[in-house]
Amino acid sequence: MSHEQAHAEARPHAKIVRMANQIGLFFQSKPHREGVAGVAEHINKFWEPRMRRQFFEVVEAGGDDLLPIVREAAAGVRRPA
Amino acid sequence: MSLIHETDYGTPAPAAERKVTLTIDGASVTVPEGTSVMRAAMEAGVEIPKLCATDMLDAFGSCRVCLVEIEGRGGTPASCTTPVADGMAVRTTSERLERLRRGVMELYLSDHPAGRGEQAGTGQSEFDRLAGEMGLSGSRYGTDGRNHVAPGEGSLNVDYLARDASNPYFEYDPAQCIVCSRCVRACEEVQGTFALTIAGRGFESRMVASMNEDFIESECVSCGACVQACPTDALREKSVLEMGMPERSVVTTCAYCGVGCSFKAEMRGEDVVRMVPYKDGKANHGHSCVKGRFAFGYATHRDRIVKPMIRERVTDPWREVTWEEALAHTAAEFRRIQHRYGRGAVGGITSSRCTNEETYLVQKLVRQGFGNNNVDTCARVCHSPTGYGLGQAFGTSAGTQDFDSVDHADVIVIIGANPAAAHPVFASRMKRRLRQGAKLIVVDPRRTELVRAPHVEAAYHLPLKPGTNVAVITAMAHVIVTEGLFDEAFIRERCDWDEFQDYAAFAAEARNSPEEVEKFSGVPAQAIRGAARLYATGGNGAIYYGLGVTEHSQGSTAVMAIANLAMLTGNIGRPGVGVNPLRGQNNVQGSCDMGSFPHELPGYRHISGEATRAIYESLWGVKLDEEPGLRIPNMLDAAVEGSFKGLYVQGEDILQSDPDTRHVSAGLAAMECVVVHDLFLNETARFAHVFLPGSTFLEKDGTFTNAERRINRVRKVMEPRARYADWEATQELARALGLDWSYGHPGEIMDEIAATTPTFAGVTYDLLDREGSVQWPCNDKAPLGTPVMHVDGFVRGRGRFIRTDYIATDEKTGPRFPLLLTTGRILSQYNVGAQTRRTENVVWHDEDVLEIHPHDAEQRGIRQGDLVRLTSRAGETTLRAEITDKVAPGVVYTTFHHPDTQANVVTTDYSDWATNCPEYKVTAVQVAPTNGPSEWQRDYEAFSRRSRRIARPAEAARATEAAE
Repeated sequence: MSHEQAHAEARPHAKIVRMANQIGLFFQSKPHREGVAGVAEHINKFWEPRMRRQFFEVVEAGGDDLLPIVREAAAGVRRPA
Repeated sequence: MSLIHETDYGTPAPAAERKVTLTIDGASVTVPEGTSVMRAAMEAGVEIPKLCATDMLDAFGSCRVCLVEIEGRGGTPASCTTPVADGMAVRTTSERLERLRRGVMELYLSDHPAGRGEQAGTGQSEFDRLAGEMGLSGSRYGTDGRNHVAPGEGSLNVDYLARDASNPYFEYDPAQCIVCSRCVRACEEVQGTFALTIAGRGFESRMVASMNEDFIESECVSCGACVQACPTDALREKSVLEMGMPERSVVTTCAYCGVGCSFKAEMRGEDVVRMVPYKDGKANHGHSCVKGRFAFGYATHRDRIVKPMIRERVTDPWREVTWEEALAHTAAEFRRIQHRYGRGAVGGITSSRCTNEETYLVQKLVRQGFGNNNVDTCARVCHSPTGYGLGQAFGTSAGTQDFDSVDHADVIVIIGANPAAAHPVFASRMKRRLRQGAKLIVVDPRRTELVRAPHVEAAYHLPLKPGTNVAVITAMAHVIVTEGLFDEAFIRERCDWDEFQDYAAFAAEARNSPEEVEKFSGVPAQAIRGAARLYATGGNGAIYYGLGVTEHSQGSTAVMAIANLAMLTGNIGRPGVGVNPLRGQNNVQGSCDMGSFPHELPGYRHISGEATRAIYESLWGVKLDEEPGLRIPNMLDAAVEGSFKGLYVQGEDILQSDPDTRHVSAGLAAMECVVVHDLFLNETARFAHVFLPGSTFLEKDGTFTNAERRINRVRKVMEPRARYADWEATQELARALGLDWSYGHPGEIMDEIAATTPTFAGVTYDLLDREGSVQWPCNDKAPLGTPVMHVDGFVRGRGRFIRTDYIATDEKTGPRFPLLLTTGRILSQYNVGAQTRRTENVVWHDEDVLEIHPHDAEQRGIRQGDLVRLTSRAGETTLRAEITDKVAPGVVYTTFHHPDTQANVVTTDYSDWATNCPEYKVTAVQVAPTNGPSEWQRDYEAFSRRSRRIARPAEAARATEAAE
């Protein structure tokens, strides 16, 4: 296992964090409020409940690795049943 | 059923609107101005004898058998090169004409081995038929000519050339060549390769390939246009020489790429003799490539598995079972898994290789039978960003044009696509337009074939560093905005003006200027400026793009950037312009249309929409899950985490085709029931517990939808070898799961699709049989389909400009991995190669090679053909080096057609931000010389042999071992 992989897998849900931040980076170019809503809408539309559950686990653990726009968008993400 | 004979009008139809009236043999005929006398006669039902003329090619006037008499004009002009005129009176038969034609034919016969037994060929060529119709069996001049009699038969034989059988699919017998140049012109006009010519004079003159080389050594790309054009047996399919002429034919659609060529499958009994492109096919107009025309041998290859098989563990040998047992076992396993791990623990993958009807059934099985939305398709790994990006900008993911549109383009922009290799028949259309004077811009890290081809040269090639698409395309927008080259009238009328102003301000920022972008993209600023000016001001601008745009972490953003360019310049909504995704697979468009994505129902309607769900809920009698399901990479992640345990994969090989092979293997290995439904024991089948034998496109009815949204019929020409067509197998599985399905024919499935999907509302098999094909949307508003989209307005109302910030991928080069690997395809092989590797096409490409720039090769001590080790942070593999300056320094390139190369061991799990489409096109790698295969390759080879064992009676097993 390479160094990068070892590092990535040491953090919980590293892939979810990465994917959420990628979405955040795209929506950062929009006006702030629209961008935050865009992140939430995108996650609601395309992320299966398991992924959203992991996302909330990250958010609830502080979400330090998430971009601010993603943390802010969490309020608009639908909680899986 | 009989052989379909298409009328050959002798010369192409002109486009003129003005009509001309003349008389032919006393009957009045009205045709468009510019029509040849030959064509006008044929349209009136009078066939003038011909040899060098065919309506696929421009008139040439060399054979002199199509002579006619025209009142008031002297002599006997050739009818193919004589245009019609008002009031012209043409006579096609007279004693004089008969005498002249016979005289000409006798000369041909004196120089042709007709009637010489084996050498004569099929005896059923156009030439043979014409001689027969004239009642000629010999010639006044004898038939022992100088160039067609092999040594030992009494001639000097100085001009005799032996047969060339070097091409695996056709033979060239120079003795039978009548030097009509049809092959040479087909190679030029239709295919655009210019591989053939006529060499020599007088009796020495014959067609030759390249510099008088064997076909296989020449520049020939084996498209077969010359074979189709040849009026004699000089160029003839080997299959026809072996099996004889076909007896019946059925029109169907090719199962290779997204061009979706129409073919006549020409048969003798249950055997395909040859595939001949169908002239009425609206995607290909009678042309084809080496794959579609010749590479169908996989359909009857001995590797095909025709019996269902199951096994407890993936380390066990396979056990052949009945369909009933395999289906009952699968149903029981899926129910067990759902009971134990939850409803969401299983899913399915639909195939872009299968028909619309089959794909529809697989997603229906998942939604109705599994009760979740865990369905995805291989478009995930190719054009999912197109769906998202164009959906955002225009309101629909559809490509905007038909292929014919390219005939009206003035500037063609190709971004991240290599149509000459991956969409060859469309590339030929494109090249023809470029030879007529259209300008070409190529945006690609590699110097692809079209950058410089015979009589084609790109005005601009922007050789960008892989991963910088968004920056380079946005820099083009910067030029268009800051130099005032945008189409304000179009934007005001068709787009949201406020959004345009916001976008224009963004694009105009200095960081988006070509000069800034040059610093990291490597593309000279002046080239970006020149290309942008040409696209904006050169007339009709048409963008064609491929997976070099989508398969990036910013794939969706790049698609939006392209949409922005087209809207900025008003290049949308009429023939000759548009945004055209070149789809990879034969039915990738269709599989997306059919609701294969986990977040949407057929017709791209989001699963959260109650009204849409209600349509299916009332029809299917179940409650649908309103949550989006897992995409393929998410399924694999969930499998590794332990919450996803069962997968039904129809016609896709995710282990070979998806990125980061280690991760895919880990995901598959963690599942308890993997069902592979395929023609062959593919790579994914190593991890399968159930194998359901698939059917080829020759064994079923259905429809494919090509890259221009064209719905083409697929027609069954032979019985399924494994008893069931794929749609029947899926139906049987659904029944085993307790669903009440009773489709008797795929036409009934299409009726259900039409009844539930607004864009397909008007589609029926009757309509397709009548019209040949239609392009969706096909409904009350467009009963015969829609060739060009967004004509009067965008689907979403106003076109939407979206800011496209360039964000560099995390996949960066550094000291350990200093080179960027990008991947692609070549002409003769197709994707994972499951089909083409099982045909003679391997003579052109029997292994994947690594293209590397001479500078990078020298630094590493790598010579041409050396075995090299290719390493990334994900894994390593070995392959041979090809030293070439097609790639820039710092960039290496390979194809992914062969499983033993395993290019995807090296690619990473990075993906597009919006769709998780993998970032195949950018991987940081290192390359070094090596002595042998990587450890992974060795382990994989051993595992491969173990996992493919099939338990058989002892005798058969011994025979198998002996054969190995």
